[in-house]
Amino acid sequence: MAATSSLSAPIVSADHRRKKGFGRWVVLAILLVFLAATLFPFFLAAFNAIKTAADYAANGPLAFPRSFDLTALKNFWTTVDFPRKLFNSILISACTAVLAVVLSLLNAYAIGIGRVRGGQALLVILLIAIMAPQEALVYPLYYMAKQVGLFDSMLSVIIILGVLHTAFGTYLLSSVLATFPREIIEAAQIDNATRWQILWLVIVPVLRPTLAVLATFFFIWTWNEFLIPLVFLVSNNNQTISVAMGVLSGSNTQEPTAIAAASLLGILPTVIFFLIFQRTLTRGVAAGAVK
Amino acid sequence: MVKAGSEGKAGYYLYIIPGMLGFALVVLIPLIANLAISFTTWKGGNISPRYVGFENYQRLLQDSVFWGSMQHTLLFIISMTIVPILLGLVLAAVLFDYIAAQFNETWSSFFRAGFYLPQILPLTTVGVLWTWILNPFGIINAVLRALGLDFMAKNWLGDASYALLAVSAVIVWVQVGYCLVVFMSGLARVDPSLYEAAELDNASWFGRFRSITIPMLMPEIFVVALTTLIAALKVFAPIYVLTSGGPDNATTVPSYLSYYHFFTTNRVGYAAAIATLQTVMTIVLGVLFMRMQSKQSAGGH
Repeated sequence: MAATSSLSAPIVSADHRRKKGFGRWVVLAILLVFLAATLFPFFLAAFNAIKTAADYAANGPLAFPRSFDLTALKNFWTTVDFPRKLFNSILISACTAVLAVVLSLLNAYAIGIGRVRGGQALLVILLIAIMAPQEALVYPLYYMAKQVGLFDSMLSVIIILGVLHTAFGTYLLSSVLATFPREIIEAAQIDNATRWQILWLVIVPVLRPTLAVLATFFFIWTWNEFLIPLVFLVSNNNQTISVAMGVLSGSNTQEPTAIAAASLLGILPTVIFFLIFQRTLTRGVAAGAVK
Repeated sequence: MVKAGSEGKAGYYLYIIPGMLGFALVVLIPLIANLAISFTTWKGGNISPRYVGFENYQRLLQDSVFWGSMQHTLLFIISMTIVPILLGLVLAAVLFDYIAAQFNETWSSFFRAGFYLPQILPLTTVGVLWTWILNPFGIINAVLRALGLDFMAKNWLGDASYALLAVSAVIVWVQVGYCLVVFMSGLARVDPSLYEAAELDNASWFGRFRSITIPMLMPEIFVVALTTLIAALKVFAPIYVLTSGGPDNATTVPSYLSYYHFFTTNRVGYAAAIATLQTVMTIVLGVLFMRMQSKQSAGGH
């Protein structure tokens, strides 16, 4: 049985790999229509952001732009002080990502390599940080931040989100480090390397790809985070793009071209980031899912 | 040697201190404080809270807006977990088992990237974009009018009978990509000979989907179901940006309700009670689900 199938497999499989003429184009066309529908909002934003208000009024939102006008984009850029928001988003996301990666690494080192007593119990407790809704934390945090003068400061957002993301990072890295080859660590110990040196000179170089994926993820998650920045960053100068967009969406009175321009500027940084890190991101979702 | 080893073990505790301090400060203490606040009536600020026992919880159980928000959560479990998983499974199977085989991998990764794109947008940007698309003079209605279907044009977000549906559709749009990417990476570890054997047996595409794709992807389906379930119970930003819970609380969810009472009506104790119930519910459901998963995988093999 096994012999026959292995004998016949190459022939038949070569046969079925022959491309099937017409049907496959239909499937491809259907998928392309689905994809176009999925990405339609992106095109709409791009088309309408570069129209004049008059063009929009005359030809409607679906028409291909007949005018080219960057006024709406420029207006949005200056009225919400977009460069400032962009800077804040980058600063907060980058600092949070670094903080969360470092904390995760330290936790995972103790749990995965050190096998400290209670490590598994700690992992179970960390699950609370993943599952608890931020609403159940936000008011006491808000109160505490006001008491210590960290309200309306980017630092408070960085600390809170950094710790929250650490829960996931600790999980992932602990399971990765639990399978880290002991011989390498033992060899380093024989060479009289301290624990600190082993972490930074032996483990971190090996883990670098995983840490990069983790940092990319933390960066994007922080970029998209809404409730905590909304509550903590009240002054215009401290807000992130995500909060600025959230505030904007409440006001429905604007010109359609202005809304399109705002959407486009909100989309662009993420899309650029996506194009750069596409492989890391899709690979990383997989890594997170397997563990 | 043995002594050095045990000392070594103790030394590792140093590494866990920063993380645990942070965890205590940011999660544990606030969570306990929130529970404590839920037994008080408090306007926030410097006037001290007054202990009222279970009064907030009693009032909550009689609050029809709260019960409505729980029902909406059930609906969002459908639009955030069930529908995206089903769509993601079909798309992943078509891309992996058909497009990649009939055309090439470039096409399938191109589709994967395209469908994934909405997933990484900030939800607030999604909100701005879709409020514009769904508003009475927005894109959807313009398309419907252009097709001569004027009677189908609605005030999608402003009409209580359509708002939930509209928000759900936006959530599906965001979530499909996540499921797709996880499922496709899961399929990559399936032994291709399984599919070839099935083709030898003349199994139809649907037959292969049912008897190979779904069973092989069970671990991924569980993970995606768990993460999206937790996300569905916590959904906040899409509601805040699309409808603010309206019209007439038709789309409100527990997260939005507690935010609203914390920061708008300043009924801090009441809001804390909502948040506490929501936390308990999420953790209970999450733990039940993980139990089920470990039983399933233990029973399966």
